[in-house]
Amino acid sequence: MDGVLTLLSFGPQGWSDEIAAGLLVTVSLALATLPFGLAVGYGVALGKLSGEPSLRLAANIFTTIFRGLPELLTLFLVFYGAQISIQRLLALAGVSAGIEINAFAAGMVALGAVFAAYASEVFVSAFRAIPPGQYEGAYAVGLSRWQTMRLVIMPQFIRIALPGLSNLWLILLKETALVSVIGLSDVLRQTSIAARVTKEAFLFFGIACLLYLVLALLSSVVLSAIERRVSRAGAMR
Amino acid sequence: MSQSHGTTETRALPPAQPVRRWTPAKLLGVTLLGVWFLLALGVLLFLVNSWNPELFRRYAPEYLSGLWITLQLVGLSFLVGGVLSIPIAIGRRSTNRIVAAFSYGYVYFFRGTPLLAQTFLVYYGLGSFRPQFEAVGLWWFFREAWYCALFAFSLNTSAYQAEILRGAVDTIRYGQWEAAAALGLSRLQTLRKIILPQALLVALRPYGNELILLLKGSAIVAIITVYDLMGETRRAYARTFDFQTYIWAAFIYLSVVEVLRIATDRIERRLTRHLHR
Repeated sequence: MDGVLTLLSFGPQGWSDEIAAGLLVTVSLALATLPFGLAVGYGVALGKLSGEPSLRLAANIFTTIFRGLPELLTLFLVFYGAQISIQRLLALAGVSAGIEINAFAAGMVALGAVFAAYASEVFVSAFRAIPPGQYEGAYAVGLSRWQTMRLVIMPQFIRIALPGLSNLWLILLKETALVSVIGLSDVLRQTSIAARVTKEAFLFFGIACLLYLVLALLSSVVLSAIERRVSRAGAMR
Repeated sequence: MSQSHGTTETRALPPAQPVRRWTPAKLLGVTLLGVWFLLALGVLLFLVNSWNPELFRRYAPEYLSGLWITLQLVGLSFLVGGVLSIPIAIGRRSTNRIVAAFSYGYVYFFRGTPLLAQTFLVYYGLGSFRPQFEAVGLWWFFREAWYCALFAFSLNTSAYQAEILRGAVDTIRYGQWEAAAALGLSRLQTLRKIILPQALLVALRPYGNELILLLKGSAIVAIITVYDLMGETRRAYARTFDFQTYIWAAFIYLSVVEVLRIATDRIERRLTRHLHR
């Protein structure tokens, strides 16, 4: 028991400081991916709802690809693919250099694209859930397009989309574990190293699982607070 | 008045073609389609350029065997998970506090942690208990990466499937149970003849989605040295440093997922044809 406590201390013998650093990487990757994924997902959703067939097709191709590929494969495609394409482009320009893509950036792009593909579906169904009478009513009282969006549609839209987005956030949090495979020192990678060095695999992977659970728990506390906040302004239905 | 005037005229003339204008939306759409087209062309050119019959002959059988391993792993763990999910779903609805808490904790754990971490926990973590497993004669099971993956995936999907099942049964209104009880059906008969036929219809799409998610998630077994499709791809890439290995894998995964998605759609449309008007 004493040995276990030493392993979990913050000192040079312990692994807690390494694991805490990994936790920071996991959380910051998820937080950095979120706005990127939301923005792209919103754009894709607008594309899907557009009256223009070519725009709909382009948006649908995006979702088909990023919802159909395994996340791990997407990550590899981005990580190695970007590396190779940049090298080829540089070679065309007459420069030969070994390029290393930042694993954090690759993770952000890959996970963000997958997040966007799923988020666009949530946005589309949220937009569809708002009856056209809401727009017509807003125009009838003389609001401009922008005002209608900001004052009438958005408050309802956020309320409808939030549960789906909360779900996607929890999925994103779990999927950040994949970046440990391309060498980013997140929770899972740090605990893997600790497990390999100390031969206490069950202990350290158990801790990794617990940390993810704690993150999920904290997120659901925050998310339900946000949900309460946005539904407070809503009409009782 | 003007309408009757209009009809006589349109009978003679074909309806006027709407003017096709270049709206900003159309410009954007065509540009984005162009980007997709160029990307597809780039990938195609890359594949043609780096086409290597030697490589294809060498690795095509390995990809096929990898695909077979993937399908086996996903199919088996989906079935095992489906069987396991039934007691868990019942436990979630149990009035016994301990049973309900246990099944809640089970579902929360497996849905709240990454599948990769769970797989590591089983494959590397349970290895710490080798003497105990050897004592009960189970070591042969937890020694093999394949069985460990099967074990972890079955537990994982059972948690998700339990929630699907529970959610679907919950959508059936309580009056159905009462009506069946009034007709003198036992609880089991009610479940089998009244509740499940309606609930499974609701659950079909979530089940299909779960199967697709499991298939996509199964790529991570490559990390614990199971040579599934992803494992074969990684091996081929490590040997050849040829990026087309990953592109082939992407094509295969995409087509399997699309086939599954279309099949779920078809089955659902067929089974719910009495609900459409």
